[in-house]
Amino acid sequence: MKAPKFSYVRADSVEHALELLDKHGDDARILAGGQSLMPTLNMRLSQPEILIDINRLNELKGISLDGDTVVIGALTRHVEVLNSDIVSAHLPLVTEAMPYVAHVAIRNRGTIGGSIALSDPAAEMPACALALGATLVVQNSGGKREIPAEQFFHGLYETARAENELLVEIRFPSQKKDNVSVFMELSRRHGDYAIAGICAYGKVTGETIDDMRLVYFASEDRPVIGEHAIAALNGHAWSEETKDAVSAALENDLDPMANLNGSAAMKLHLQKVLTGRAMDTAVSRAGGTL
Amino acid sequence: MGFIHPYDRPNSYIGRTLPRSRAKRAVAGRGRYTDDITPPRTLHAAFVRSPYAHAKILNIDVEAAKDASGVKLVMTGSELAEMCTGPWVGTLKVFENMKAEPQHPMAVDRVCWHGEPVVMVIAETRAQAEDAGELVVVEYEELPVVINKETALDPGSPVIHANLGDNKAWEHTLGSGDVDKAFEEADHVLEETFYFGRHTAVSLEPRIVLCEYDKGTEQLTIHTSSQCPHMIETVFAQTLGVPEHNVRIVAPDVGGSFGLKIHTFGDEIAATAAAIQLGRPVKFVADRLESFLSDIHARENRVKAKIGIMNDGTMIAAEIDDLSGVGAYSQYPRTSVFEANQILNISFGPYKHPNYRARAQVVYLNAVPTSQYRAVGHPIGISVGEFMMDWAADVTGLDPFEIRRKNIMEDDSYPRPIGSGIPMKDLSHQACLEKLYGLMAYEDLLSEQTELRKKGIYRGIGVAGFIKGTAPSPVGYYGAGGARIAAQDATTVKLEPSGGVIVALGVTDQGQGVDTVMEQIAAAAIGCSMDHVRAISGDTDATPYGGGTYASRATAIGGEATYQAALDLRREILHMAGILLQADPNELDIVDGHVVNDGSNEPRIPLSEIGRIGHFQLGELPNNYQPVLSHTRRYRLQDSPYIYTNGIHGAYVEVDVDTGWIRHLKHWVVEDCGRIINQQLADEQIRGGCVQGLGGALYEHCIYDDYGQLQNGTMADYVTPMMSEMPDIEIDHIQTPTSESELGAKGAGESGTGAAPGVVMNAVNNAIKPLTDGRVTEQPITPEIVLGALGKI
Amino acid sequence: MSEEMITVNMTVNGEAVSKTIPVRTHLVDFIRTELGFTGSHLGCEHGVCGACSVRVDGDVVRGCLLLAAQADGCEVLTIEGITDTGEISDLQEKFVERNALQCGYCTPGMLMTAAELLAQKTEMSRDDIREYMSGNYCRCTGYHAIVDAIESINNERLGG
Repeated sequence: MKAPKFSYVRADSVEHALELLDKHGDDARILAGGQSLMPTLNMRLSQPEILIDINRLNELKGISLDGDTVVIGALTRHVEVLNSDIVSAHLPLVTEAMPYVAHVAIRNRGTIGGSIALSDPAAEMPACALALGATLVVQNSGGKREIPAEQFFHGLYETARAENELLVEIRFPSQKKDNVSVFMELSRRHGDYAIAGICAYGKVTGETIDDMRLVYFASEDRPVIGEHAIAALNGHAWSEETKDAVSAALENDLDPMANLNGSAAMKLHLQKVLTGRAMDTAVSRAGGTL
Repeated sequence: MGFIHPYDRPNSYIGRTLPRSRAKRAVAGRGRYTDDITPPRTLHAAFVRSPYAHAKILNIDVEAAKDASGVKLVMTGSELAEMCTGPWVGTLKVFENMKAEPQHPMAVDRVCWHGEPVVMVIAETRAQAEDAGELVVVEYEELPVVINKETALDPGSPVIHANLGDNKAWEHTLGSGDVDKAFEEADHVLEETFYFGRHTAVSLEPRIVLCEYDKGTEQLTIHTSSQCPHMIETVFAQTLGVPEHNVRIVAPDVGGSFGLKIHTFGDEIAATAAAIQLGRPVKFVADRLESFLSDIHARENRVKAKIGIMNDGTMIAAEIDDLSGVGAYSQYPRTSVFEANQILNISFGPYKHPNYRARAQVVYLNAVPTSQYRAVGHPIGISVGEFMMDWAADVTGLDPFEIRRKNIMEDDSYPRPIGSGIPMKDLSHQACLEKLYGLMAYEDLLSEQTELRKKGIYRGIGVAGFIKGTAPSPVGYYGAGGARIAAQDATTVKLEPSGGVIVALGVTDQGQGVDTVMEQIAAAAIGCSMDHVRAISGDTDATPYGGGTYASRATAIGGEATYQAALDLRREILHMAGILLQADPNELDIVDGHVVNDGSNEPRIPLSEIGRIGHFQLGELPNNYQPVLSHTRRYRLQDSPYIYTNGIHGAYVEVDVDTGWIRHLKHWVVEDCGRIINQQLADEQIRGGCVQGLGGALYEHCIYDDYGQLQNGTMADYVTPMMSEMPDIEIDHIQTPTSESELGAKGAGESGTGAAPGVVMNAVNNAIKPLTDGRVTEQPITPEIVLGALGKI
Repeated sequence: MSEEMITVNMTVNGEAVSKTIPVRTHLVDFIRTELGFTGSHLGCEHGVCGACSVRVDGDVVRGCLLLAAQADGCEVLTIEGITDTGEISDLQEKFVERNALQCGYCTPGMLMTAAELLAQKTEMSRDDIREYMSGNYCRCTGYHAIVDAIESINNERLGG
């Protein structure tokens, strides 16, 4: 189980990496953390002609606060995000999600940008980006463009990033002062990709849900916003009736993929259960009572 | 004073927890596994494997592959067949009317499972061999696939091997009493159907061979990760036409085996043939993807069970009907029908019902061949029997412990047969059951369960008793069955000039601590210190012929051989010392490496002096005495088919009744594996075995689609138990030495795996009982199955 | 395409090494076959089993998911190196005493991961240990003894 032959270039600047992307197009793969790419290479599921190693591009690393925005370089390792005081203070949803990202050795190497750019439907970071309304900054040799998370995830491993673009930065709006967030997922074993998962982010006033965003992942081909569920939720007190209404509405939002981990029916059921639990927790975190 | 059994001596090594020398090496990263050995000019093998479950091979074009960089040889199945003495036929005489298709090491004109080896490429590096493999072009014509065991015997079903007439490998029935009459008389007759998924071993070190052929001496040396060096020596020798005495199998450190590594596989034969043809060392490592597609699978069974119960909870009859889906061929030489056979043998084994009937049908499928994997058949038979026992408790209003108290065989009632006719002796079901009751604080668990249910928390308590066949005899399947598989084992114990002792073993060590256990036995029997004893195992040139380590036999069989050989050496040492000291050997003893006066322990002569004189200064001895300082003893069971062990598990789980997730909170085992040589090692065998069983019960499943494609052949998709989800496991013992041997040890390696699935299934059903009439009857118990039983999806 | 080669320089277990290798070589193949440090094992080569865990520039990583070329200029420490430094000699002794290994194939990776956990020097429950170690597969022990060994060394190191 050895990787096929390929060329390897270590990019010495973002411009260099972009130049190589322009030159090689689809024959090239960006090697960031490599925690998903390397298995596919070892299994010969992917046979690129050239790997562009961006790991030495320090300009793509780091976490900083820019006003109300947390800026995370695409090459920032999961472990750095997990341990960041800025992230825990301003993006508690991400801090809550991060321990679910695989295992320690993977988090030490894997990057937040790599996870978002790959867009595995069961991955945590794409869902967090969508839930928090992050902006994904991509760059090609002509310059940068910003893509709202809502427009970034197109489908199974498909994103709005063009072949010649590099994801360079993720800009998360800081969690608003009155907001709460909840991350939950179900996987068979700790660190596995999720079978069902939810990010809830928004405002609860007393027992009323004011402005909550619900993002579901793992059951669909990409993280999705539960528009109907949200409509049934916002403006209502959190109660058994609301829960039932949200559950019913969720059926219009989700069309789960059946796979080895379970049927569509089970995944829909689990997403409903998680919705209820996430809102119980959100209300409780907002200081409300159930 | 006379002879005191070593286990009765003060501070005896028998029964002591002592560390393993191999462990000291492994923690420093200095273990020596086969892949750590690479002789100069070693070549590497890779295989082109069938992408289809069943297809005719129309053409194979290897030209481009032969020209690829680094390639030294490309060999097809038909070319390999010409180097072999003939195909394998996986039958044993004891399995009457069993049918099996001859199997070539690599496919010749037809592939019968997804993953069957078709072409071998040998190159300078593994990467190059894989590169060239991609250039091999095989033209296939797809054939109808048989993958569903439930329809494989239908009249309209395609037949995998036309010569066999149908897809049935074997059918077998056994029993005792009048089952039909008993069902008529029973107050309650309960029937259920169970499904058990297909598993595979996933030893962390994959299968591997490093093959070297010396054209001068015509000697074939194979380093390999094996449990049974002598047994596979026979298979390699016979298949490739090399005299057995010219084959040397060396098993260095073995990175997990679990039954997988008693087998020989076609790709290993192919790599060996390449080494013979090329005259260069050839290494083949089954990478993880091909492990899933070629390592033996196990377990796939559907069992229909029926029991008759009286109102007082007495079970008067039991019946099972097993349908076992094996692979495309019967695995040579042990066959693929053992699992089904064991299910019939051991189901309801702890209980004294007088009427039992069991049938197994074994059918071929276009899937990876199945064979023996830790606790063959037991996880299935025990799960079925213990489920039915819990159901009977429900129906009769008895507690699970109470119904077992009523039905288990009494500790003072042996010898006696069980329903399948197999004789039992030296068992302790009652003692184990009562010990478990206390160990798990059953009554406290019941109260906690009741309290938590009021808060919507659903916990379940499971109990599952078991019997486990260990240490098979030569009168059953092996030997008598016709296969060259040794059920005897042998140990040579030698006194070295230093006074140290070498113990050369037919049994082998895969980390269980077999070497250490044998050193303990030898040191205790002789009367020397552990530091002066060193075990050698895993090398057919250096050890006496034995069956190796399988079927929980190493300590039970190899241990007795070691014990007897060490006693022989002890007698010889005392005899020689008597001559040297002009003393009566009966008045001498050996303590801590010194011959001493019996009773007073006054030192007379150290073993180092015996060794020195015995090897170099023989002139000090009388002319008519030639000291024999090397003793070999063999041991086999005589009349019993197995040494049966028994025990009982307890489990405490929490079921999230909304999601179907199971949290295994705690697991308990009380086990009777006879005399324990090293308690820590015995405990850890049980713990590891339990988790292997829990993996099968909760997670593991080789999933095939309708086309016979394995769907989850990676470690990301085939879900093994990892640390986070597994419980702490508390263990206690009852020790009833087997009357089969002087040492009294029984097997301990597999029972954890055998009983853990049943107890966790019972615990899950116990947890959800207040909410549903549904029951979990399928393993692995996925959340979907739990939700199904709860009626939630 | 032809085999592209690359010269890599790195420090492995304290020694500077320089080798020219195919670019596709992953770090553990490099360490095992080019340098002869066979303590790091290959169990799956797709990042699940953890047997190949090594330390690169201070962090434990999957050695099969990193090209040797990527470790150019890095400090790499394997089980052999960490044994020589004595950093986890207490844990290694405890693994032997508690029999927290059987076949030993997972053990180097298990120890490399545990070394990082113990370096945190914090109180931890058995569940914490199990969660942290959940990326390392062991088929033999059932894990209980491994948790025991790590727990007891953590307690010892914290002065408990």
